[in-house]
Amino acid sequence: MSDATHHHDVSAPLPASLTKLGKFWDLNEHDHPEGHSTMLGFWIYLMSDCLIFAMLFAAFGVLGGNYAAGPGPRELFELPLVALNTSMLLFSSITYGFAMLAMQRGSVGQTQLWLLVTAVFGAAFLSIELYEFANLIHEGATPQRSAFLSAFFTLVGTHGLHVTFGLVWLFTLVVQVSKRGLIQANKRRLMCLSLFWHFLDVVWIGVFTFVYLMGMLR
Amino acid sequence: MTAVPLPATAPPAWSPLLGRISLEQLPFLHEPIVAATFVGVILGGIALVGALTYFRVWGYLWKEWFTSVDHKKIGIMYMILGLVMFLRGFADALMMRLQQAIAFNGSDGYLNSHHYDQVFTAHGVIMIFFVAMPFVTGLMNYVVPLQIGARDVSFPFLNNFSFWMTTGGAVLVMASLFLGEFAQTGWLAFPPLSGLAYSPGVGVDYYIWSLQVAGVGTTLSGINLIATIIKMRAPGMTLMRMPVFTWTALCTNVLIVASFPVLTAVLVLLSLDRYVGTNFFTNDFGGSPMMYVNLIWIWGHPEVYILVLPIFGVFSEVTATFSSKRLFGYTSMVYATVVITILSYLVWLHHFFTMGSGASVNSFFGITTMIISIPTGAKLFNWLFTMYRGRIRFDLPMMWTVAFMLTFTIGGMTGVLLAVPPADFVLHNSLFLIAHFHNVIIGGVVFGVFAAINYWWPKAFGFKLNQFWGKVSFWCWVPGFWLAFTPLYIMGLMGVTRRTRVFDDASLQPYFIVALLGALLIAAGIGAMIVQYGVSIWKREELKDESGDPWNGRTLEWATSSPPPAYNFAFTPVIHDLDAWDDMKRAGVGRPLEGYRPIHMPSNTGAGVILAGISTVLGFALIWHIWWMAGASFVALIVSAIVHTFNYKRDYHIPAEEVAAVEAQRTAQLERLGQTQGATA
Repeated sequence: MSDATHHHDVSAPLPASLTKLGKFWDLNEHDHPEGHSTMLGFWIYLMSDCLIFAMLFAAFGVLGGNYAAGPGPRELFELPLVALNTSMLLFSSITYGFAMLAMQRGSVGQTQLWLLVTAVFGAAFLSIELYEFANLIHEGATPQRSAFLSAFFTLVGTHGLHVTFGLVWLFTLVVQVSKRGLIQANKRRLMCLSLFWHFLDVVWIGVFTFVYLMGMLR
Repeated sequence: MTAVPLPATAPPAWSPLLGRISLEQLPFLHEPIVAATFVGVILGGIALVGALTYFRVWGYLWKEWFTSVDHKKIGIMYMILGLVMFLRGFADALMMRLQQAIAFNGSDGYLNSHHYDQVFTAHGVIMIFFVAMPFVTGLMNYVVPLQIGARDVSFPFLNNFSFWMTTGGAVLVMASLFLGEFAQTGWLAFPPLSGLAYSPGVGVDYYIWSLQVAGVGTTLSGINLIATIIKMRAPGMTLMRMPVFTWTALCTNVLIVASFPVLTAVLVLLSLDRYVGTNFFTNDFGGSPMMYVNLIWIWGHPEVYILVLPIFGVFSEVTATFSSKRLFGYTSMVYATVVITILSYLVWLHHFFTMGSGASVNSFFGITTMIISIPTGAKLFNWLFTMYRGRIRFDLPMMWTVAFMLTFTIGGMTGVLLAVPPADFVLHNSLFLIAHFHNVIIGGVVFGVFAAINYWWPKAFGFKLNQFWGKVSFWCWVPGFWLAFTPLYIMGLMGVTRRTRVFDDASLQPYFIVALLGALLIAAGIGAMIVQYGVSIWKREELKDESGDPWNGRTLEWATSSPPPAYNFAFTPVIHDLDAWDDMKRAGVGRPLEGYRPIHMPSNTGAGVILAGISTVLGFALIWHIWWMAGASFVALIVSAIVHTFNYKRDYHIPAEEVAAVEAQRTAQLERLGQTQGATA
């Protein structure tokens, strides 16, 4: 668009009833609805978090084969356990979806119930992950053992840390929903946590594929 | 190499209560230079606190400034932070210049290597993270909402929190001066030098945690400003009607959000190596130090565009305003900005061509680097063509702009020279590189910040800055810059390396003495600048501007009073053209004088200060390995954040009567000036 055309690019002709003043100032203004930018802002935050994971994936990509004469994925990973763990997280995403449906219907009790079910699945996921970590460390496969294990523990652990924060947030919201009900602010917060929770699910799909499945092929 | 070099210092002793803190860690007890500085800072601090208490301004500061969510006040606080840290960073620069000018003919200079290495590291870290970043963020914070006709940013509380996180990082850097030490690694802390084996002390930990605390603030402020620009533009302001400064701010914040997480991640990995004993960047157990260099430059290169893009926006606003013309080539300016934004991600490897990645990789990054000069050149031509046949007024902002165009172009050309890999193999880590990046950062960012301060000061405070002292500062700074850095270019071509403390070749000394003289001239320029601020505040009645539009501006920030009311605009402007305020002036339209409505505004809150304060304590505890304090402050941080979310009442309405009263004052002010008045609707 050149400057010349731009100059004349004025939107639709104004009704004659509007004065010149009304052309340049919004005389009939309404408040921005509360939280009008929140979802966009939260999306942008998630993308910045996604970049942190991207860096950890990249680090794993570079260092994932550096076993330093220590154990590699084939000796360490137990795919059935990881599959079980993955299913916990996937179920938790489905139940979070049910919580959102209940929220849409305006049912406080069901929203809370499904949130708590989600929390149970989330906690199960974390427990299995910690069990896996404990086993690895017990076998001598500590984060300090090799660059591969450093990258593995950091990537998977950062995801687990996110799930932990998600759980803290989830319980906070259960309390807030019981105190104030499904007011607009709480709905918005539930939406944000929903994005966060599903985002962690997507990241986990990447971890499962890239770290565990492809690790077994190395 | 057979022997592993010994660590510079042994790991400090540890106690459960105080972590690694001990009397040995107080350098002012052992080093006279630090002792003198310490006494000066303590006396100055006591004087400041005493004065604030005596004049009873603590309550005012807390209520009106520290807890404020007003983007204008936060913007001003960022600028003050940048200015304070600038003095610290410049003191480091002077110390280096003096050391290098005298460390000849067997003299060891006056700084030992332990101290000198901290000085050059702190200089770089402070100037980038705690001077340039606060300046740029402050400008965007102040100007963007006004330019897009908004009342505040999208997330006002987050804005306050971001500022205090940046300040928390700065506090940690400053604390390292008197408690412990700062990193001795250079400003990017490359491992393995920054690893535990070679830097066992607290210096690198200060580095890590000050940047992590400040980095949270920077990322959140980036998210905030993107959301603000996308969501809160006044009706009619399409993307291609946004002022150029707002465009550059948008691109900069996209860069911030898309690059600061990389810095966060890479510093986390370095911390894990140092705190947990992982092997990301170690030389053994499969670690890869070069991965650190790659990752940190993937952040580092976009970072330089984060600094310079908004400054390009400043120059665009200044050139158009002071040439009394519409900006030449607005559309190409926008596209050039976007192209630079994208290209800035594709050049990082030019910082280490000597890594040995091979001819093909080096060629790719050399060529992308050279390509960046094309959109940048387009911008320069746009500014030149804006000036062409304009009625140019050489006020201070315009003087800085012209100085920028001359200085920055040469810096750009030496940059293209360095982009040629074979040339870089010769010039890598030489003083030529130092001269180059100071040429673009001082000639670009610093001159631009001075242009911006002189340009928007009257908007922020209602009076102009004194011209005389501004010109004294200008004429010290610009020749001072060339005097300080031309010798570095020459010595760099001769092969003199950076970060050197003592020299064997006596023939280099005259160059360093000239460089020192240049630095002293710059010091005079900084002095004159401070005098300029002081004189202007003292004579503010004489310099007063009541019009709100002292430069015959073109964009919306000039449409309201100076300083603007808390709500910026009583009515939201409707935009029909680029340069909306110029459009309004040509249409001869004034402000509406009745029909005010209550205005919805965010409430002040102390939560940002508290959360950032706790984060700073957490950073401090982690630096010193005071685990109980780290645990306690971490729990406190989580609990305070949760408690904050239970506060649902975060806004209020300014009553219509109050808006009417403020606007009536403004009307009276404009009537006194005999300016065109608005009409009743």
